[in-house]
Amino acid sequence: MNAAMRRVYLDYNATTPVAPEVLEAMLPFFAGNYGNASSIHAFGQKCRAAVEGARDSVAKLLGARASEIVFTSGGTEADNLAIFGAVSAAPLPAGSSAGERKHVVTTTVEHAAVKSPCEELERRGVEVTYVPVNREGRVCPEKIAGAIRPETVLISVMLANNELGTLEPVERIAQFAAEKKILLHTDAVQAAGKLALDVHRIGAHLLSISAHKIYGPKGVGALYVREGTQLDPLLFGGHGGRDGRPGTENVPGIVGMGKAADLARMQLAEGSPRIAALRDRFERGMLAAIPLVRINGCCAPRTPNTSNLLFPHVEAEALVIALDLKGIACSAGAACSSGTVEPSHVLTAIGLPMPDAHASVRFSLGRYTTDDDLAYALDVIPPVVQRLRSLNPQWRDAAVAEKA
Amino acid sequence: MSRASEIEESKEREPIAVAMSGGVDSSTVAAILCERGESVIGLTMQLWDQRRLPELRPLGTVPQRCCSLDDAYDARRVAQHLGIPHYVLNYEDRFEETVVRPFVDSYLAGSTPVPCAQCNTHVKFDPLIETARKIGAERLATGHYARIRFNETSGRYELLRAVDESKDQSYFLYGLTQEQMSRTIFPLGELDKLSVREIARRAALPVAEKPESQEICFVPSGHYVQFIESYLTERGESLPEEEGEIVTTGGEVLGRHQGLHRFTVGQRRGLGVAVGRPLYVVSLDRGSNRVIVGEDEELRSAACDVRAVNWIPFAFPERPVRATVKIRNRHEAASATIEPLAGGGARVQFDEPQRAVTPGQSAIFFDGDLVLGGGAIV
Repeated sequence: MNAAMRRVYLDYNATTPVAPEVLEAMLPFFAGNYGNASSIHAFGQKCRAAVEGARDSVAKLLGARASEIVFTSGGTEADNLAIFGAVSAAPLPAGSSAGERKHVVTTTVEHAAVKSPCEELERRGVEVTYVPVNREGRVCPEKIAGAIRPETVLISVMLANNELGTLEPVERIAQFAAEKKILLHTDAVQAAGKLALDVHRIGAHLLSISAHKIYGPKGVGALYVREGTQLDPLLFGGHGGRDGRPGTENVPGIVGMGKAADLARMQLAEGSPRIAALRDRFERGMLAAIPLVRINGCCAPRTPNTSNLLFPHVEAEALVIALDLKGIACSAGAACSSGTVEPSHVLTAIGLPMPDAHASVRFSLGRYTTDDDLAYALDVIPPVVQRLRSLNPQWRDAAVAEKA
Repeated sequence: MSRASEIEESKEREPIAVAMSGGVDSSTVAAILCERGESVIGLTMQLWDQRRLPELRPLGTVPQRCCSLDDAYDARRVAQHLGIPHYVLNYEDRFEETVVRPFVDSYLAGSTPVPCAQCNTHVKFDPLIETARKIGAERLATGHYARIRFNETSGRYELLRAVDESKDQSYFLYGLTQEQMSRTIFPLGELDKLSVREIARRAALPVAEKPESQEICFVPSGHYVQFIESYLTERGESLPEEEGEIVTTGGEVLGRHQGLHRFTVGQRRGLGVAVGRPLYVVSLDRGSNRVIVGEDEELRSAACDVRAVNWIPFAFPERPVRATVKIRNRHEAASATIEPLAGGGARVQFDEPQRAVTPGQSAIFFDGDLVLGGGAIV
């Protein structure tokens, strides 16, 4: 393979590059300032100060207080801590009959980091209601309200969908949750850095974010825990920081996340409209160049960077590979650890028939996407789609039928 | 310049896809092609979710990670080592539909299937070639031990046994079509097992010392009876007509059996009947749900019918052909006359009666090293 091949990264929803400013902020905390943030001595104190500075930065990004931020090993741990921690700590609500099981309300389009914990809760005897979404991937807040029971202890609804970009009406859901005094968790991993976040406006008690989706390092995340919210711990051990999570703090990672949060806050006003304009140009170009293309989730409010396109008569798995071989990185379905592609539960949840779910590809743009990148993508993708279709007998039949 | 060599010429510049299982053979294929300076793309098929049917796992083994065959990781390590792009393709649905389900159904119907031949026909050489072409590779290389050559006179592709007889896999490849063979290369066909290991070591492949796999890939430790039963249970299906009679060819009832799928023709052990002389399963009668047993000579057949024959060096033989015939992978090919039948089948008349001609197994016809064709024994 030609090492000098042009590479265009359009998979920012999977992960983002570490911003140079973030890397620079992290570097002193590997070999130089290597202290344990929980140690008494000067080495430790220096790192404690850095961690607390980062906590301030993350709190500021979310409109929260520093004391409400728990650093975790990533978005997945933040979601797990929120869900297991809240359900375990919650008493059975007054008014529910004895022997009744706790109940959780969520949606059918959550990320696996929420979906799998909910499935595990079911195995542990908790009841979970998965509220369906509309064709755009948006859940109706009244349906969430309608699913609430006396035994409901937690509602978990994501802020922005990772595959479609669709925004969920979490603020409205928060009103219902507040009326019924039920805890609300929101997975904001895909919203952070793309939308202005304010935990008070959103109204969630628990909110998860991940550093590597906002140009920070992998392996760090944070959970906002509104003051007074009871959470049982997920992990047990020593060296807990002020947030109660045990384990020696990942100082370079946390410092990186803090810097990434500062950058996200400062660049949001300028960056988001720029990316939205690029994304819209990309979609217009694709619709113009490729017959029958559709945009999944196009009519709902979306994150500015995400474009989930349906290419009828194209096998998404083959398209992603063919594009990778041309230097364009995008994704189909949920990437699994071995790299296989499974049909996305999100695409089937919005009512796409299986063949359409298998023909959908996600392109996600970001801070470093340029006009040139998009021009290259718009040059490369249409002929590749054409080639894939020409090798698909169904497409040939459909094309013949059209001509007849 | 002939058409075939023109095709060869134009293909030269195209990348070649390699079906990489993570084993030493297919990894070595990738290494050989890289050494030749070809542009290589590694493809690994995810065929079966190892997390299914956990009760079949040997005690004490850890459940596999999410949709991972460790073999897919091995393939990726090899690809990284060789510096080639590598992709894992999810063929689980197709594999279950075209290989696993027919495998189970075939046993339930009293025959003994050859899943690897089915997999080659329905998974490896059809969708995989199609995917390879979609991503820009017109040819697919695999780690099979067999040879393909183009016959200028007949204008057809021919399949030949591997040079290393002990590794020959032509028994599983007789279903290849002309189109598939025109796009397939078997770089190991001319090599023996030891040279392949040697090349793997020289290329420092991470799998150079990995042991060979012998079993059906989706049936752990070869326990196909448990597999069938677990599979049906997982699917919420019951085992049809579990119990039945074990009778001699003369009609004498000797005992009872626990399901036809537990038996194969030629089987001697595990019949659960003792009559003081060695008895073998002669046939399985689905209709009466009976296992028919008899003595060694009753196991011999002078002839058998084969259905859906794929002929390779010619489209269809005009008259009966002389051939040597393999009726099992490990069978020593026996001389026979093959008479083509209307409807795509053939009748095989052995010169000497053959032992345990088993419905469901493949019968492959050879002329020396040349594979004439083959089909499933009826």
